Amino acid sequence: MKPVQERGGVRGGLSRRARWWALGGVAAMSIGAVGVYGVQALQDHQERTTGASAAELAASLPDGPHITFRNTASGEGYGMVSSVSLADPGGARQVSGQACDRVDVAGEYLSCLRTLRGIPTTFETQVYDYGQDLGISPVTTWPLAGIPSRTRVSDDGLVATTAFVTGHSYAADSFSTETTVKGAGDPDGRDYGNLQDFEITVDGEPLTAIDRNVWGVSFAGGDRFFATVASGGTTWLMEGDLAARTMASVATEAECPSVSPDGSRVAFKVRRDSGGDMVGGSGVHWDVAVLDLASGERTVIELERGIDDQLEWLDEDTLLYGLPREEAGWDADVFALEAEAEAEPELFIEHAWSPSVVR
Amino acid sequence: MYISLAGFRGPDHASPDQAGPDHASPDRADSAPGPDHATPHPGPRSGRTVAFRVAPTVVALGMVSLLTDVSSESVAAVLPLYVTGALGLSMVAYGFLEGLHQGVSAVVRIAAGYAADRTDRPKAIAVAGYGLSMLTRAGLLIVQGFVGIAVLVGIDRVGKGIRTAPRDAMIQEVSQPQHLARSFGVHRMLDTIGATIGPLLAFVVLLLVPEGYRVVFAVSLAAALIGVAALILFVPNVRFSRATTPTSTTTPAAPVPEAAETSPAVRPRTLRSRASRSGSPRRQRWRTLDGPLKRLLVAAGVLGLLTVGDGFIYLAIMSHGHLDPLWFPLLFVGTNGVFLLLAIPVGRIADRTSRAAVLIGGHLFLAGAYLAAAMGGSWIALGLALLMLGIFYAATDGVLAALAGQLSPQGRTATGIGAAQTVVAVTRLVASTGFGALWVLFGAVPTMVGAAVVLVLVLPLAWWLVVRR
Repeated sequence: MKPVQERGGVRGGLSRRARWWALGGVAAMSIGAVGVYGVQALQDHQERTTGASAAELAASLPDGPHITFRNTASGEGYGMVSSVSLADPGGARQVSGQACDRVDVAGEYLSCLRTLRGIPTTFETQVYDYGQDLGISPVTTWPLAGIPSRTRVSDDGLVATTAFVTGHSYAADSFSTETTVKGAGDPDGRDYGNLQDFEITVDGEPLTAIDRNVWGVSFAGGDRFFATVASGGTTWLMEGDLAARTMASVATEAECPSVSPDGSRVAFKVRRDSGGDMVGGSGVHWDVAVLDLASGERTVIELERGIDDQLEWLDEDTLLYGLPREEAGWDADVFALEAEAEAEPELFIEHAWSPSVVR
Repeated sequence: MYISLAGFRGPDHASPDQAGPDHASPDRADSAPGPDHATPHPGPRSGRTVAFRVAPTVVALGMVSLLTDVSSESVAAVLPLYVTGALGLSMVAYGFLEGLHQGVSAVVRIAAGYAADRTDRPKAIAVAGYGLSMLTRAGLLIVQGFVGIAVLVGIDRVGKGIRTAPRDAMIQEVSQPQHLARSFGVHRMLDTIGATIGPLLAFVVLLLVPEGYRVVFAVSLAAALIGVAALILFVPNVRFSRATTPTSTTTPAAPVPEAAETSPAVRPRTLRSRASRSGSPRRQRWRTLDGPLKRLLVAAGVLGLLTVGDGFIYLAIMSHGHLDPLWFPLLFVGTNGVFLLLAIPVGRIADRTSRAAVLIGGHLFLAGAYLAAAMGGSWIALGLALLMLGIFYAATDGVLAALAGQLSPQGRTATGIGAAQTVVAVTRLVASTGFGALWVLFGAVPTMVGAAVVLVLVLPLAWWLVVRR
């Protein structure tokens, strides 16, 4: 009985030597092409992060309220925390030397979520004293469990972070979020841990499902906060109490809440056609909605281009959000949107992401 | 004794002087088995020792798997970063698309196995599977949007589902039957090396080229391309059937009278000529799942229901709170390391003693890993958990394929292997979901300990199903 290979008979009619040459040729061409491609990509990246900025830069800003954000203009200062004057958001920006994926400022502190390249890639939260100079030395740093997603700082120095954690969850391919609240540089070290461990209730009933995820904290003064809780494909707007370690449902179908400056309204994103064909054709589309807490009235603002960001209140009537550019996802723009039905977004700051209003 | 499953075939095992059930060759006792030699497996307890020589085809398939795993795992490691960082999308969107693909991949496995048997061209089916995944790498370089990426990830899983069963059936076919589990061990070792290199390579690329996600995709495409080239050039057109020897006297795997009644077209394999090999059997193929293979599938299913996945074990370790989350990705590397080191030695033990016993006994280490994870966040507990989890994989992953292939009727190896892998994939998915609920209700430690206890209690049943004579 002959060995199987020969019995199979068909080996391309090539000699062993010829096969090795063929494989070597494929390998050499593939690796060579990757090398060329890699060098090109490196050059592209260098062009993007050095050289003249696509945005107008300023050495300093006039005093007064401003907006802090991540600068996504190609060239010098790409990815760095930057600021523009609130009076002239389209004007020149002051760029710092601090790179962040997400940034938020409130009270004395600036929270910066960033990615650290390495083997493996890791992530961390840095908290800075927010003074005249941007990002000098961090007050505190702690590791972030996954990819930076959302951050908010409270006026009294609490920092909320949301990270996407992959490979962490029980089903091999699913994802989970980890949302934590910690005090920034407190002597008493306030640490509320993972909000998933809070006592969560939906219409008074405890929610104990393993797949529950929490994201998008918005502080509402004192121990009060809002956040999104999701389980089994449903999302809830939750009102929480840090001291009591509880969260209770306020409404369904609401993600990434943001409390208005006067505390009367909450803006969030809502999935369009939820429960329908989310996976098929067009992917996921989120519109903006505003909930009046006193009356429970919800105003949905339908957008032509869906958003995926935690809204920021510019003032009592206007919302800000970032939108990645379609042709280049590494660049984004910040849009302003009146908080009323039928409103149309307007370009607010070009080449910017993760806006935070500093009053 | 090379295997304690000899009596396993029950009614199919027609006469004692027949060749092993999988391979019908009249000259089994005389032919000197060599590498790649499709020797029938020796009669039970033949006691004959044959020097282990790994078949070149197994090494070739192992290298193909290594390259393919480098390709797929490098992408898997950076895809979340790419979706959020370069495309500016949140992972929430990504999460909703997950889960859908799992079911598809599981079903495709058994279908591809069936197709491999049916056509008797496992290499062609495997090339289709590997090639499909390779095309998705090229697609990643072109596609911009999120939906496109989600579709590509789905197609990649289908490709993975397609290639697995035919590939394992080829390994089974070309390996020395006496050293089947060890041959699978060789393949799984190479496969796991690829799965370990992949993410590391991806992070190295990102270190060299900041935000160079597309460079990672290019590397991935190159690895896949070389892998497919190696498959086409160095893996022969393995044929399953032993029917080339006209003197073969094996009975058909399914009881003949019944077969004749239900499907006259089905002839005993021994009568099939080469020319007709790819044509004849019809629904008869599904009888593959009868007999001893069915008992293996039931046992694998029961054990699968108690296999809750690495994620939970790592999570339980982390839940003790002494470990920096930065270590999380390295836990996988630890388990992989143990798995790849032990894949061959454990396969060897399985060949020398009993594959079924090693498969069932390997689950003791899974129970041990549960207990170690429940023990606490110390380095000792962590090390023990990773070690035992690695042993568990070494004792079960390749060994299950070897057993399933061995217990499958002739010419239905790929279907049998595909069925076993489908059963395991589906039951593990069910286990994870159910386990998650218990986790919330009772907490990490009681659930882990409970799972370990139930697993140990179920092992005798599995043993009775698979190992008994």
